[in-house]
Formats: sequence, structure tokens, C-alpha cells
Amino acid sequence: MTDVPISQTWWWPFVMILVAGWFATDVWRWLGVFAGGRLREDGELLIWVRCVATALVAGVISKLILFPQGVLAETPIWLRLAAAGFGFSAFFVARQKVLVGVLSAEAFLLCGWLALDKLG
Amino acid sequence: MTVPERPERPEFLTDTPVPGRIWMLRGARAAISIPAFILTAAFVGYAGLARETGLTLAETLALTGLVWALPSVVVLTGALSSGMGLLPTAIAVALASVRLMPMTMALMPLIKVPGKTRNWQLLIASHFVAVTAWVYAMKHLPDLPREARLPFFVGFGCSVSSFVFCMTAIAYLLVERLPDMVAGALVLLTPVYFLCSLWGAARLNADRVAMITGLAFGPLFFIYLPGLDLLWTGLAGGTLAYIGTRIHRRGLL
Repeated sequence: MTDVPISQTWWWPFVMILVAGWFATDVWRWLGVFAGGRLREDGELLIWVRCVATALVAGVISKLILFPQGVLAETPIWLRLAAAGFGFSAFFVARQKVLVGVLSAEAFLLCGWLALDKLG
Repeated sequence: MTVPERPERPEFLTDTPVPGRIWMLRGARAAISIPAFILTAAFVGYAGLARETGLTLAETLALTGLVWALPSVVVLTGALSSGMGLLPTAIAVALASVRLMPMTMALMPLIKVPGKTRNWQLLIASHFVAVTAWVYAMKHLPDLPREARLPFFVGFGCSVSSFVFCMTAIAYLLVERLPDMVAGALVLLTPVYFLCSLWGAARLNADRVAMITGLAFGPLFFIYLPGLDLLWTGLAGGTLAYIGTRIHRRGLL
């Protein structure tokens, strides 16, 4: 037996992934199953739950645009907002075609980014 | 002459009962879609991050398959690379995934056949609840017959996650480092996709108002109450939207 601390063993990361990753995440899904099982499909309570879930996902969206991770954080905030706004408008113009919205936003971002690189 | 195959709605609307296995296959086929492509792009970006932080391929894939919610995956990756303890990590990851509970709750009445669907089936299906599949399910499942929704959702979830799983492995092995602009563009895909499809999935005015309040509250709570910010965004923004639209629908009482 050698005295390797457990955090250095090969299996420790997998214990972390199982307990702190899989369990800590799926426990919310399971709770959701039990709590959601009693909701009626046409009930007021479900409308409220859906509002909460929708607002929460919308919060994820604005966080990803305003405070992104990695290299995207180096682009100016107005460019990201403008790209997202442009994509969302294109989505409406194209009768709510998601693909059009996504591609328009990407094109806007890349054009803006290239232009800034050239100028800067 | 062959009959052209159309994978869209029409065939879902037939009256004859179709066994669950077929619905599962149809769900799996429906997974060849824009959301799957976008999620794959997001995980390709993640594979680069995992490799840079020094995770092995096996660890990266275990994380992808078992956790299956990108924000929690990113939190856990950070914890693994910095040697954080088990308990603080579990708390951080749990905080990052509280949002899955209201999402799963909202999905349940949609996919459940009262008196028939067993809890263990729902527990298995719930593992596939993540923003991408959830948004897709909320938008498309109401068009399907009730019995079809659960198998369709499981087929969809299984096939999206296996595809993403494989692509993450390939990206980990092949992509040394993405060019900056490609990596940046991949990161923007996810929020813009969510933005458009969440709006498309909204059925009531309450949903649309909740989306707007959530967009506005998200950054505020992130700055003033980091950590639990998403939960507060959901509770405050969602409740405000609910009360506001309820007054509009029904008057003050």
C-alpha cells in the first residue's frame, strides 16, 4: 500500500463526477418528477410553474450574451447585443424560422468581429 | 414512382394507434435537427475547454453523459481542475442545476398519461431534461397524441445525447485548439437558439411576459445575488409575469 492521497488516485475524479455531478444534478430532475406529477395540465399552478421555468431559461440566455465565457468575452458587449437582436428580428421576419435567426445572428457577429479586427 | 417520405407533422396526426417503440424511433429520427446540431456545437466547444483544463477523455465523457446539463458540466470541470472538495463541489453543482426542477415539473403533465405512466419511466425520462430538449419538447410534444409523448421524448433525448456524446469524444481527440472566432461563434449559438426557440415554444401571453422579465432580471440578479441568481430570476420574474397576466386575464380577483 502506498500513501497516495485519495484526491490523487485515478478513481477520485469519477467519485466526484458521480456524487457531485450526476447525483447533484439529477436529484433536481427527480424532485421535479414528483412535484410535477400532481400538476394538472390546465391548472393555474402549472401556468405559474411554466412562467418560473421560462423566466429562468430566459435568465440563462441574457447571462450567456452579457457575460459569456471564453473568447467571446473579448468582443464588445454592444456587438453581442446587436447580433442577438438582429438574429431575433430576422427570426420574426422569416415567420419564426429558428435557423434563420441563428444564422443571421452568427453572420452579424462574425462580420462585426472581422470589421473590428481590421480597424483595431 | 415512389411516394416521397415526409418526416414532418402529417404522419403524426393519423388516428390509428402506434406502438410506443415506433414513437421512440420517430423521436430518435426527429433528433436530427437544429437543436441537436447547436447542442453538439456547444459541446464541441466544451471538449476544447475540458482538454485545456487537463481532464482525461474518460472523465470528459463521464461528465457529459452522467450530468447532461452544460452549466453544471462547466462548474464541475472547474472544480475538478482546481481540486475543490467533494461537498463544496456538490453544493456548487446543485446550485447550478436547481433550474432543472421547475423545468421538469412543467414537462410532467405534458408527457404523463394519468393512471398509466409509471414513476420509474418518468424518472428515466427526466435525465434528458436540459434546456435544449426541454424547449423542443414544450414546443413539439403538444402536437402529438398523449400516449406518444413519453416514448417520443425518450427517443429524442437518447439519440441527441448519444450523438453529442460521440461528437464530444471526436472533438476532444481531434481539435487541438479552435480558432478564436470559431470558438466565439460557437458560444453565441446557444443563447440565440434559446432566444428564438423559447419564444416559439411560448403558448400563452404569460410565457412571453415571463421570457421578457427573465431576460431583464437575469443580469440584475447575477450582479447582486450571484450563486442563486437563476433561481431568483425564475421565481421573481416568473411570479411577476404570472400575476401581471392573470390580472390582465381575470381582473384583480
